[in-house]
Amino acid sequence: MEPFVTLRTTAVVLPLENVDTDQIIPARFLKTTDRLGLGNDLFADWRYDVSGAPRPEFVLNRPEAKAAQLLVAGRNFGCGSSREHAPWALLGYGFRAVVSSEFADIFRNNALGNGLLPVALPEAAVERVAALIAAHADSKFTIDLASTTFALPSGERFDFPVDPFARHCMLQGVDQLGYLAAKEPEISAFERARAGAY
Amino acid sequence: MTQSSPRTLFAKLWDDHLIQAESESTPAVLYVDLHLVHEVTSPQAFSVLRERRLEVRRPDRTLATMDHSTPTTPRGADRRVPIIDLKARAQLAQLERNCADFGVPLYALDNEHQGIVHVIGPELGLTQPGMTIVCGDSHTSTHGAFGALAFGIGTSEVAHVLATQCLLQRRARTMEVRMDGVLAPGITAKDLILRLIAEIGVGGATGHVLEYSGSAIQAMSMEERMTVCNMSIEAGARAGMIAPDDTTYEYLAGRPYAPQDAHWDRALARWRTFAADPGSAHDRTVVLDASSIKPMITYGTNPGMGIAVDAPVPTPSHLSDASERRALEKALQYMALTPGESLLGKSVDVVFLGSCTNSRISDLRLAAGVMRGQRVASTVRMLVVPGSQEVKRQAEAEGLDEIFRAAGAEWREAGCSMCIAMNGDELRAGQYAVSTSNRNFEGRQGKGGRTFLASPLTAAATAIAGTIADARTYVRGR
Ligand code: SF4
Repeated sequence: MEPFVTLRTTAVVLPLENVDTDQIIPARFLKTTDRLGLGNDLFADWRYDVSGAPRPEFVLNRPEAKAAQLLVAGRNFGCGSSREHAPWALLGYGFRAVVSSEFADIFRNNALGNGLLPVALPEAAVERVAALIAAHADSKFTIDLASTTFALPSGERFDFPVDPFARHCMLQGVDQLGYLAAKEPEISAFERARAGAY
Repeated sequence: MTQSSPRTLFAKLWDDHLIQAESESTPAVLYVDLHLVHEVTSPQAFSVLRERRLEVRRPDRTLATMDHSTPTTPRGADRRVPIIDLKARAQLAQLERNCADFGVPLYALDNEHQGIVHVIGPELGLTQPGMTIVCGDSHTSTHGAFGALAFGIGTSEVAHVLATQCLLQRRARTMEVRMDGVLAPGITAKDLILRLIAEIGVGGATGHVLEYSGSAIQAMSMEERMTVCNMSIEAGARAGMIAPDDTTYEYLAGRPYAPQDAHWDRALARWRTFAADPGSAHDRTVVLDASSIKPMITYGTNPGMGIAVDAPVPTPSHLSDASERRALEKALQYMALTPGESLLGKSVDVVFLGSCTNSRISDLRLAAGVMRGQRVASTVRMLVVPGSQEVKRQAEAEGLDEIFRAAGAEWREAGCSMCIAMNGDELRAGQYAVSTSNRNFEGRQGKGGRTFLASPLTAAATAIAGTIADARTYVRGR
């Protein structure tokens, strides 16, 4: 996992709430045994028409979307299926962070575990971010994970919540499996203590 | 919270599986009793194990099956079936290889116990009260019907559990959902849960574990309780649970993996402790009057967009919240529905009876009861997909398959099928389906397909009528 420290980037807005993981990456793309290569299929059914040609009106197909590493979306982003292919596809496309007023539980965990930062801001702040982008597509935002702040182009900042442990792992670029594996003595002791319970 | 203060059911299970309590800076380390695995969300987890030279810590607490991308077309005498989709074939072969390499028991397509992961766990008696159960699948919440703490995880976490039998977790809040009253004839557990989700919304329970209680829940069979817990995730809940009782124990007795003899008595004594203490407090409470519920159906593109079958489709301009209005407009556009129109009498192309929500034997019995001696309308294709090979055998023993076949429905092999449309069973663009599954997201049942979620009774009635029908008429009419 790549460390995430700071990010300064333009952003694209998907002004929809309850964006489910079936939209982020439709199920027919889940027949892969790999984590890579899903970026092209991100939002496939909104991004491409029946012939497979990009729909020009979809945000990700606008020229200014190319360089954006931040996606701004409505509340309850990532609901539905637990597929980790959703953060894999977002990362594969080039996003490093998502702003929303609320994230679905499993999606948030999956994103954090892969170095995709879910930035939960108050609804009014999300609306301001969207308005800034609507006015100037090249507006740049700065995310600082060490201080857990999100800054508007004006410099105005918002704090956002991140689980301290997930933050530590993302800053260092380490995943959580090593931490768990080191608990082996405690796990064994626990199993011995309750042997026969099940 | 100390041991002596009254605890919720969730709190008891949480405390019981805690290897390390959470702190400000670190999440809790939670032990997992049962880990279910399927072909779609596990390959990358096994890759992590290989990359790091790790083993599966407890193959005896792990069970794999094939369900998501498997064909439901007739199988040969060896129970095998040619899998035409090369990617699906490769993924299934990978699961076989992973299970063989790591010693994980696998119920492959040729195994008599194969089926949808959330159908076979309970059916085999693997799912038991007081357990923590996880699977790389959001509908793991199903198993909460037994008083287990059961929830879906991502593939990285699948690797964590394979390697350590543990998960890093933050403690969830709890929401009590109290449902009292008697369901009217023609109303099922599916209508109850669709109503709850319509009421609190698809994000209504985010961050919470739901504890269902009340006389309507107590009166339910295990299969009905599973239908309710199954869809907890559609309200955004981390899990849904129901305290075990005699209904639970009767269901479990004699199942292949249930404790036997002296072990049974010991287990029973333990299981009886898994109820919320009187006076235990929840973070939130929602109350629903079960007797007021009508047959429910969804009209939109998330499971919270549900109405009584005889109610008009909502009108965007009646909504004050701008983003809700936008969402409704977009959903109605996708569904090609008009605000205010009635869904009753609307033609559908496909009826799907199946999925981990409604593919158990009682679901098939309900539908067969309506369809006995009837014909599926000539304009409708109906698929009946049992949740497991065990359900299929039982249905065939009861002659239900004959009822479906005689009516003109397709009687298929066990699997997820058109719930997720990964296996070739799918809607064509623009088609309407009434489906007993759990998700009506855009394209969920096939690219461009349009889904109305409903109960097995509504599905059966609709199949006969050819248009969306009120199940109550069909049940009363018999
Ligand atoms: S039946 Fe549908 S919801 Fe259930 S496990 Fe299969 S794909 Fe998931």
